[in-house]
Amino acid sequence: MERLLNFIYEFRAFFTFLFLELLCAWLVIENNQYQSTKYFNSSNQVSAQLLGFSQGVREYFSLRTINEDLARENAELRRDLERTRIQLTEATADTARINQFDFVSAKVMANSTHLYKNFITINKGKADGLAPGMAVIGDAGAVGKVKSVSDRYAVVISLLNVDEQVSGMIKRTHHFGTVRWNGIDQRHTTLQFIPRHAAPVVGDTIVTSGYNAVFPEGIMIGLITDVTLRPETPFWDIEIELSQDFGRLAFVEVIKSKLKHEKDSLEKVTRGEPR
Amino acid sequence: MNRSGIVQLLLFIAYLLMQVLVLRNVVLFNTAFCFLYIAFILLLPIETNTLLLMLAGFLLGFSVDVFYNSMGLHALATVLVAYLRNYWLNTITPQGGYDSGSTATVAANGLQWFLVYSLPLVFLHHLVLFFVEASGFTLFWYTMLKIVASLMFTKLVIVLLQFLTPQRRRL
Repeated sequence: MERLLNFIYEFRAFFTFLFLELLCAWLVIENNQYQSTKYFNSSNQVSAQLLGFSQGVREYFSLRTINEDLARENAELRRDLERTRIQLTEATADTARINQFDFVSAKVMANSTHLYKNFITINKGKADGLAPGMAVIGDAGAVGKVKSVSDRYAVVISLLNVDEQVSGMIKRTHHFGTVRWNGIDQRHTTLQFIPRHAAPVVGDTIVTSGYNAVFPEGIMIGLITDVTLRPETPFWDIEIELSQDFGRLAFVEVIKSKLKHEKDSLEKVTRGEPR
Repeated sequence: MNRSGIVQLLLFIAYLLMQVLVLRNVVLFNTAFCFLYIAFILLLPIETNTLLLMLAGFLLGFSVDVFYNSMGLHALATVLVAYLRNYWLNTITPQGGYDSGSTATVAANGLQWFLVYSLPLVFLHHLVLFFVEASGFTLFWYTMLKIVASLMFTKLVIVLLQFLTPQRRRL
């Protein structure tokens, strides 16, 4: 026993090293899991405020473009509002379905676009009704999903994250596939699993499909810039230019889906627990 | 806590703030990152205990992780560098050994020695960091490009800082 203790003491540096590295590795793996409500990320009070300060300085230099984006978005929203009001007066849908999505506007506190796994920190959290799994959109299109929340901040897993997958659909043909980033270009992403018999062309619009009830149907993702069909694969290789410029994200909206719970539990009853 | 301990603590905070407030936003050509904080581990006094080095490395890496939303990633790479640092220092001891109480800086041991000392360690740090982040080798060449570009950027800033800050040659 004494010799064992002596042995451990003699190599204490190595054992400490091993312990710390295993701890880190465990943290890395743990963090890869999709949803979590962890404290040690940029949603905690101190780091969020510091990052917010840093973002504030950056933002000062792009106020003009932010203002233009917001004004344009305002105009579009007003137009949409008018259109919806007309539809509502005509159709008699049930109110729960009409009001199934609720929007919370949030300011971006921190954002990255150059890593393989990019995240966005926003200044709304549990206190504003946010929860992991909610969709986040920007002025020009889909942005990501809420990964974890603290009382007043939340971390969003960006579309520019190799772990993030969103169900996307070719608007013209209604074929749906998976939108997944390839880790390289912050303006482009890819659409996978579009079968061979579909005929996507350059310029087609890609929108969210609404199949996972996180994003409402029809949220803009981007335009196809390149399609290739390699002879050995069953699917098209499709490249999309993102409509949302993640490099200058300033305000986003979080979508609370009120029917998500109902849809998920119905699907769980039918199919069993999701993987 | 003695005086040098307090100085190191302040340096720790300075490197951390520099990294998360300024350098987090500085990325050249989409590929070159600057992970200056690793210099804190490299520049600690030569006689620093390995245990202490690893503990400092873990705390520093972990704090950076909090801001990068990359739990454990920077801590992993930094602890590795902290562990290997003293072994590497022993391997490349200059003729006549290190002066007692000296730091591993350009001022104390010369630029050539400093490059031999820091390049492999920073390279290792970046290697681990980027490949663990990519979680595999699917983007091998693009990741290598990022590693080499970041290595040059980080190295340049570390060496420049060495010349900019007044270094008293301790005897």
